Amino acid sequence: MSLKIVVLAKQVPDTRNVGKDAMTPEGTVNRAALPAIFNPEDLNALEQALRLKDEHPGSSVSILTMGPPRATDVIREGLFRGADNGYLLTDRAFAGADTLATSYALSMAIRKMGMPDIIIGGRQAIDGDTAQVGPQVAQKLDLNQVTYVTAIESVKDGKITLVRSIDGGIERVEAPLPILLTVNGNAAPCRPRNAKLVMKYKRATAPMERPADGQMPYAEEYEKKPYLTVTQWSVADVDGDLAQCGLAGSPTKVKAVQNIVFKAKESKRLTGSEADIEGLVKELLESHTIG
Amino acid sequence: MANNYTDHPELRFEMNHPLMKRIVELKERGFAEKDAYDYAPIDFDDAMDNYDRVLDIVGEIAGTTIADNAEGVDLEGPHHVGDRVNYASGTDRNLDAMVKAGMNGMTMPRRYKGLNFPITPYTMCAELVAASDAGFGNIWSLQDCIETLYEFGDADQHARFIPRVCEGETMSMDLTEPDAGSDLQSVMLKATFDEENNCWRLNGVKRFITNGDAHLHLVLARSEEGTTDGRGLSMFIYDKRDGGVNVRRIENKLGIHGSPTCELVYKNAKAELVGDRKMGLIKYVMALMNGARLGIAAQSVGISQAAYNEGLAYARDREQFGKAIINFPAVADMLATIKAKLDAGRALLYQCARYVDIYKALDDISRERKLTPEERKEQKLYAKLADSLTPLAKGMNSEYCNQNTYDALQIHGGSGFMMDYPIQRYARDARITSIYEGTTQLQVVAAIRYVTNGSYLAQMREFEQAECSEAMKAIQARAKVMADKFEEAVARVKEAADQEYHDLCARHLVEMAADVIMLHLLIYNASADAALFERSARVYANFVEAEIAKHHTFVMNLTTESLADYRQA
Repeated sequence: MSLKIVVLAKQVPDTRNVGKDAMTPEGTVNRAALPAIFNPEDLNALEQALRLKDEHPGSSVSILTMGPPRATDVIREGLFRGADNGYLLTDRAFAGADTLATSYALSMAIRKMGMPDIIIGGRQAIDGDTAQVGPQVAQKLDLNQVTYVTAIESVKDGKITLVRSIDGGIERVEAPLPILLTVNGNAAPCRPRNAKLVMKYKRATAPMERPADGQMPYAEEYEKKPYLTVTQWSVADVDGDLAQCGLAGSPTKVKAVQNIVFKAKESKRLTGSEADIEGLVKELLESHTIG
Repeated sequence: MANNYTDHPELRFEMNHPLMKRIVELKERGFAEKDAYDYAPIDFDDAMDNYDRVLDIVGEIAGTTIADNAEGVDLEGPHHVGDRVNYASGTDRNLDAMVKAGMNGMTMPRRYKGLNFPITPYTMCAELVAASDAGFGNIWSLQDCIETLYEFGDADQHARFIPRVCEGETMSMDLTEPDAGSDLQSVMLKATFDEENNCWRLNGVKRFITNGDAHLHLVLARSEEGTTDGRGLSMFIYDKRDGGVNVRRIENKLGIHGSPTCELVYKNAKAELVGDRKMGLIKYVMALMNGARLGIAAQSVGISQAAYNEGLAYARDREQFGKAIINFPAVADMLATIKAKLDAGRALLYQCARYVDIYKALDDISRERKLTPEERKEQKLYAKLADSLTPLAKGMNSEYCNQNTYDALQIHGGSGFMMDYPIQRYARDARITSIYEGTTQLQVVAAIRYVTNGSYLAQMREFEQAECSEAMKAIQARAKVMADKFEEAVARVKEAADQEYHDLCARHLVEMAADVIMLHLLIYNASADAALFERSARVYANFVEAEIAKHHTFVMNLTTESLADYRQA
C-alpha cells in the first residue's frame, strides 16, 4: 500500500557544540552564535519515513516545519535525502510558541494538508528537550501515538508493527493507522544527502526567502520548475486561531534561568581487583545509579 | 562535524582552477541536457556549484561515517566465506552510504544514470574517501573501470552495464596472475570461444585482485591460442550473475585491510569481449591503468593529508621539555616539509586530472561528431600532457605518501610505533601506493620518454614565462636555474648514449623533472592565493633545490666505468 507520511522537523541551534558565547549574559540561548541544524532525532524520524517510502512505492514524504524563513533549510535537507515536498509554517504570529502553541499550529497545518497515514517526528528537540510536541499533535488530531520508536518492522493491512525502547529493554507494538510516532536517537541514522537530489533541489526556497523585488539569480527557473517553490503558510493559511498561536497561545512562562556549571569532583582510582569491582557495584547500587 | 573537503581550503582552490571553464564547456556540450534532466546544470557557475556541493557531501561522509568505521574495518578485514567475500561490517556501511548518496558512476553520462562529472571532481572525491580509509577507497574508486567499458564497449554493453554501476554495483580489474605482475604480457588466463552458446569462456587463475568478488569484472585474458606476448590478449567483461569465478583465498596484507585482495579461479566462466580482439593489453589496459594511476595518486594525496593532520595534532598536543614539541625546529621542519610535499603533489595530481578531462571530453565528443582541426589539436596537446604527467603524479605522490607517513609517525615518537594511534594505519596503508598499479620504477619507465623527448623541459620553460606574484618572482628565478641543471643532466645522459647508464639515471632525471614542475605549480598557486600556498612554495623551493643538486651531482659524476659497481648478477 502507498502511504502518505508527514515528517515533523525542527531547526534547532546546535547545542552539541557549545562555545563560550553560546549563552547571552541574560542566560538565554544566543542563537546567533550557534549554527542552526536539523534536529538530530528528527533526522532519525526522516530516515524511518524514507525507508517506508522505499518499501512502499508510490508513498509520499512531506516535511513540515515551523520557524522563520531560514528554517526552510530543514525542508531542503529533507528534499536532498528523498522527501517529496515541504511545508513551512511561518508568520510573526507563530513566534514565541511553547509546546502547546506549536502543536496547535502543526496540527492545523496537517489538517490543511489532508490527514496522512503516518506522522513521524523525533522524540524531542535538543533546544527544549520537552518531548511534548509529538504527543500533543496526536492529541489534537485525535490520533493514536507510539513514542520512543527505534524501528518500524512492517506496515500492512492498515496496521504498523514497531519496536520501541522501554526501561530495561524493548517492546514490539502493533497499532492501527493512522498514527503518530516519535523516534529515538538510537534508531538508524539518516542517510546522506543524495547527489542528484541536491542538484535538483538546491535552489528550492520559500517565497519569503527570496528578495521582494524578484531580482535573483535563476529567477526564470522558478517558473519552469514548480518543485523549487516550498509551500509557505501563515496563520491565516491554516485557518489558525490567533489566540492559540505563538506567545498568545503559550501558557508556559519562564520563571528563571539558572546557569549550571559542572565541576569535576575528586577522582577515585580503582584497580581491576575483585574487591574493588564489588565495592564499586555496591556503591552504584546504593546510589541508585544502577539497578 | 569533520568534513574532509571543507576542512581543507586547498581542495576548493584546486577545484576552482581556470581550466575548469573549458572542461565544463566540453563535458556539458553547451548545457544541452539542462531541460532533459532536473539535475543537469544550466550554466558554468551552476555546474561548479554542483561539484562543490557533491564534494561537500563526500567530504562529510568521509569525515564521519567512513572515518568512524576505519579502525574497525582495519581490525576486522573482509571475510572469506565459501567461495565469496563478505566485506567488513564497516565497509558495508560505508558502501551503503556512498550508494545512497548517489556517488557511483559519477563520470558516466546522465542517459546511463550517471552524474556526468568531469574526472577532476571525481578524483577529488577519491582523495577525500582515501583520507579516511584508503582500503575502502579502492572498493569505491574501482567504479572508474566503467570508463574503459564506456570508451571501448559497444552500445548494448553500455546500456546493460553502466546503469548498474551507477546504481552502486562494484567493479574489479582482473589483470595480475602468479607469473604476470609488472609484466602483463605474460598473462595466461585462457579465453576460448564457445560456439555452441555463442559466448567466451574463461579458465585459469588470477592473483592479487583488488575487490575480486565484485559484481562486474574487467578481465585480461589470452584469446589467441599459441601466442605468448601482449598481442594475444583481449579484454573481457565478466558478470558475477553468470557465475563461474570463485574466490580461492583472500590475502593477508600489511595495510589497506578493508580492501579484499583475492585469488580467483575461473572455471568456464561466461564472459563478453570488450572492444576488439588482441587490443586488450595494448590499448584497453593502458587506458585502464592510466585511470587507475590517477586514482592511486589521489589515494596517496589523501593518505598524506590524513598523516599530516595526525602529525600536526600530535605535535601541538605533546609536550616535552616544558613545551609542545611543535616548537622544536626538528619537528617543525618535518611538518613544514610534509605540508609542502602534500601541496605540491596535490597540485600535480589535479593539473594532471584537468588535462585528462580535456582530452577525454574531446575523445567523447569525437564519438558523436567529427572534431574541428582546432579541437583535434587541442585533444592531442592535452592527451600528451596528461600522459606525461600521469606517471609523475602517481610516482611522486606515492613516494611522498610513504615519506609523509614515515615522518608523521616519527613525530609521534614511541607512541607512533604503538597500535593505539591512527598514524600506524596510515603508514601501513601508504606502503602499497608505490607498488600497485605500476611500481615507482615502472612509473619512471613510463615517464623517461618525456625526459628525453624534451616534453618536461618544454613545460618548465613555458612555466618560466608565466606571470607570477611579486613574492614568487625570486622562486621562479630559482626554478629556472633548477631547469638548467635538469637540462644539463639530461644532456649528459644522452651524450653517454649507453642504455644501462640511461636506465640507472632515469629515476634521478624523472624526479628532477617532477620536482621542478611541481615547484612551478606551487608558484602558480601561491601567486593566486598567497595565504594558502606561499609558505609551502618557499619550503618546497628549498627542499627541491637541494634535491635537484643531489640528483644533478649523481648524474654528472656517474661514469660508464662505474656502472659495473651497480651490476648485481
